[in-house]
Amino acid sequence: MDAGSDLTRWTAAQMAAAVAAGEVSAVELTEAHLDRIARIDVQVRAFLYVAGDAALAAARAVDARRAAGEPLRPLAGVPLALKDVFTTIDMPTTCGSKILAGWQPPYDATITRRLRAAGVVILGKTNMDEFAMGSSTENSAFGPSHNPWNLSRVPGGSSGGSAAAVAAYLAALGIGTDTGGSIRQPAAVCGLVGVKPTYGGSSRYGLVAFASSLDTPGPLTRTVLDAALLHEAISGHDPCDSTSLHAPVPPVVTAARNADVAGLRVGVVAEFAGDGYASGVLTRFNEAVELLESLGAKVTEVSCPHFDYALPAYYLIAPSECSSNLARFDAMRYGLRLGDDGMASAEQVMSQTRAAGFGAEVKRRIMLGTYALSSGYYDAYYGKAQQVRTLIAGDFAAAFEQVDVLVSPTTPTTAFPIGERADDPMAMYLADLCTIPCNLAGNAALSVPCGLAPEDGLPVGLQIMAPVLADDRVYRVGAAVEGALGQRRGHPLLEEASGVDEADDAGAEAGR
Amino acid sequence: MTATSPTPLSSPVPFVEAITRYEPVIGLETHVELGTTAKMFCGCPNAFGAEPNSAVCPVCLGLPGSLPVINKTAIEYTIRIGLALNCSIASWCRFARKNYFYPDMPKNFQISQYDEPLCTDGWLDVDAGGQVVRVDIERVHLEEDTGKSRHVGTSGRIHGADYSLVDYNRAGIPLVEVVTRPIPGTGALAPAVARAYVTELRDVMRSLGVSDVRMEQGSLRCDVNTSLAPAGSVQLGKRTETKNVNSLRSVERAVRSEIERQAGILDAGGRVIQETRHFHEETSTTTPGRSKEEAQDYRYFPEPDLVPVAPSLEWTEQIRAALPELPAARRARLQADLGLSDRDMTALRNAGALDLVAETVSAGASPRQARNWWLTELSRRANEAGLELGALPVTPAQVARICAMVETGQLTNKLARQVLDGVLAGEGSPDEVVAARGLAVVTDADVLAAAVDEAIAANPDIAAKVAEGKITAAGALVGAVMKATGGQADAALVRQLILARLTTS
Repeated sequence: MDAGSDLTRWTAAQMAAAVAAGEVSAVELTEAHLDRIARIDVQVRAFLYVAGDAALAAARAVDARRAAGEPLRPLAGVPLALKDVFTTIDMPTTCGSKILAGWQPPYDATITRRLRAAGVVILGKTNMDEFAMGSSTENSAFGPSHNPWNLSRVPGGSSGGSAAAVAAYLAALGIGTDTGGSIRQPAAVCGLVGVKPTYGGSSRYGLVAFASSLDTPGPLTRTVLDAALLHEAISGHDPCDSTSLHAPVPPVVTAARNADVAGLRVGVVAEFAGDGYASGVLTRFNEAVELLESLGAKVTEVSCPHFDYALPAYYLIAPSECSSNLARFDAMRYGLRLGDDGMASAEQVMSQTRAAGFGAEVKRRIMLGTYALSSGYYDAYYGKAQQVRTLIAGDFAAAFEQVDVLVSPTTPTTAFPIGERADDPMAMYLADLCTIPCNLAGNAALSVPCGLAPEDGLPVGLQIMAPVLADDRVYRVGAAVEGALGQRRGHPLLEEASGVDEADDAGAEAGR
Repeated sequence: MTATSPTPLSSPVPFVEAITRYEPVIGLETHVELGTTAKMFCGCPNAFGAEPNSAVCPVCLGLPGSLPVINKTAIEYTIRIGLALNCSIASWCRFARKNYFYPDMPKNFQISQYDEPLCTDGWLDVDAGGQVVRVDIERVHLEEDTGKSRHVGTSGRIHGADYSLVDYNRAGIPLVEVVTRPIPGTGALAPAVARAYVTELRDVMRSLGVSDVRMEQGSLRCDVNTSLAPAGSVQLGKRTETKNVNSLRSVERAVRSEIERQAGILDAGGRVIQETRHFHEETSTTTPGRSKEEAQDYRYFPEPDLVPVAPSLEWTEQIRAALPELPAARRARLQADLGLSDRDMTALRNAGALDLVAETVSAGASPRQARNWWLTELSRRANEAGLELGALPVTPAQVARICAMVETGQLTNKLARQVLDGVLAGEGSPDEVVAARGLAVVTDADVLAAAVDEAIAANPDIAAKVAEGKITAAGALVGAVMKATGGQADAALVRQLILARLTTS
């Protein structure tokens, strides 16, 4: 192991190998990360809740299993940051919302259970845009997280807390959810690998729903191989989720280790370029495409004409589902309850609680969705958006007749400054322009770093898209790009991130 | 919710009069809780009467993150119902969310079906007092039940309650809704047709084994739509939807009461408000509930947490092949087998005695005897005890045994009634009662001879008449012997003995 003495800098695969070989204990790894969180997270604000004792207990269990000579699963002992949208029986689940502040679920999400079963050590729950609605974590009721490349920038969202945690070496692995790009966009702007698996490939049971037909849990990691290992650990059919697929998990780990793109047909999406794209983003994207060509891929341009309608369709479908999904937060059974003075009616308590408990963006989407589903408007809005969805899936189908994967920039810009788009929802929505089509069609996509934009020195992401259940292809291409760029650079891109003040010891006092 | 009514004050018009001027159109929406082991979308037990909030889990409590999974048995039961009601079964359909806020709805939406129900376009023939009416079924769909609110306070209703409690045990129990098309042209029979429909539907459900269909426990709940049009008009009037109709008798009375009320409004030149009304058992009247004219928008959309339901043709046909004999077919068969008249059939159905008679016959009684016992003696006793016939503590086999003893002369009808008394009083089987009470007919000539002698001695005038050849006078002597033996003597034998004594000596 030549990854240096700072354990937190290792990749997840290195950590797991070291634990399995007895070179380091899971407890040592966990302590190293808990220490770093205590020191550094005051700058990054990635975590909403740190479960130190539970994490150490999980780590001890892994070490005991190893000591007893029992076989360890591939990621046993590796510390992970869990987006605070998954239920956890031993930690609160808030979804970044005041309305759920302090809510202690009585059950574990399937993802949570699978992580525990895999011996992964859950360090805590990470910040997010309220109910996963946003692209910056600025919509969190508990304040924004900060981008480790530049603390004045957003870490992306909605899984920005998990991304910031992994990018700041507060955790080796992160779990996010991707409804319109909420894994891939933070991965891109934090210089990480982020994967939206095929819809139905990873279970939604215990994932507090934003938009049921779009929400997809997936990995946020520093390497493609780490993502594949985590992807494999959380995937597979779940009888508790009716939309979970009955299909074998695609061979993603094998693909991540087989970074060969020779002969692979790569399509560049013609629609994702032009006005609105930062020049540095396009520069690095075009270089990545040339790189793929140099590695033997056959690159062509492919048109997906209906992608232009993806964003408006998404902003009808997702709010419609959210307006219904979030109806249950009514102060009757759990969560915030305001105005219950013994005189107010249930209706008044519901109304007062929802008015104060939800943030502006959540309310905006509830109202949009309520309107779009209303009698007399349904056909024109929700109905039409579903038709667009079918057309977008058709565009993908046609494209994948010609090519094996599609590529595009993950986001039109690099990380934007905190506050810049907070009052401009339309500008915020554009951050997900390139990522939304895969959510609407349900297919797999991965974002891998492809360099830094010359103008601001911030990371740019390359998005790789593959057909439904061909998740292995995005890993294969992602690993090729990662490998070639790494070789060219001589070190991992993330090592160039310098936003975090490593000398700052303020966190020790601030505590959590 | 006290919308000012444009209707002038009006009093109900007597039913007989109302139906001379107006043509009622009725429609029924019936909810049936399925008797599956588990709930509709989770593994919680589907049980009535458990400790409040004991049969719940994250799914049926709608906790954040939880997801529904369809109970396949509920789908099978619904298809069974659809097939029994002559419906088409959809080869592909979806669940939908019906969105509205209410504390007994854990998710503030109900998973139901909207424009893609599992079963459509069927019919059910119902027999309303001898007249068969075909009721068209528009749809049969599947949904989840809500929790149950209990408003604590003096009124027991939400207005004026001090606080409310919610029991979520019922939340998520599979609920089938059977919706009829409007039923026109029933005239004065409308109340009877409504009752006959619910009765028939209940019997169908029971025969299918899909529900215990107990109206008093709410596992069968009925909303009755009623509208009036001027006689001869083809246009439908404004309809009201009457809820809280919790017995078969109430179904009939609710329709009747709405016809009388609406006729009063129309006679006075008012207009009927389209609204939900509540039926009151004690007064047989309805009072207004929520007005449909300010109806909620349920914002239905396909349930994204579930995949479509696509029952294969093979499965549907398997279910069809396994359907039990349905009540109508069974009735036709029993009527033929038992040789019953239409009038008998009506009487037996109204009394709920058809199955009891059939079982009594299969236990060996003659159809005539079985019919008579259940419709007269046993019905009377059930009425006196305030019980359903089937709830009397006597089995069809025991009734058959009593019939057999009458047939063989072991018991007179009078003795048989005493035996029945004993059985109902819990004294054991008919044979045990006969033995314990010593109720058998006395057929021993030696035992009877003394009584015959006494009767002759006590009635010398009558004896003389008989001896003179006036045989008919012997009846009085037989009566005297019967009286003396407490009715237990074999009357035919007594007569024989009397005649033998007086005419040959």
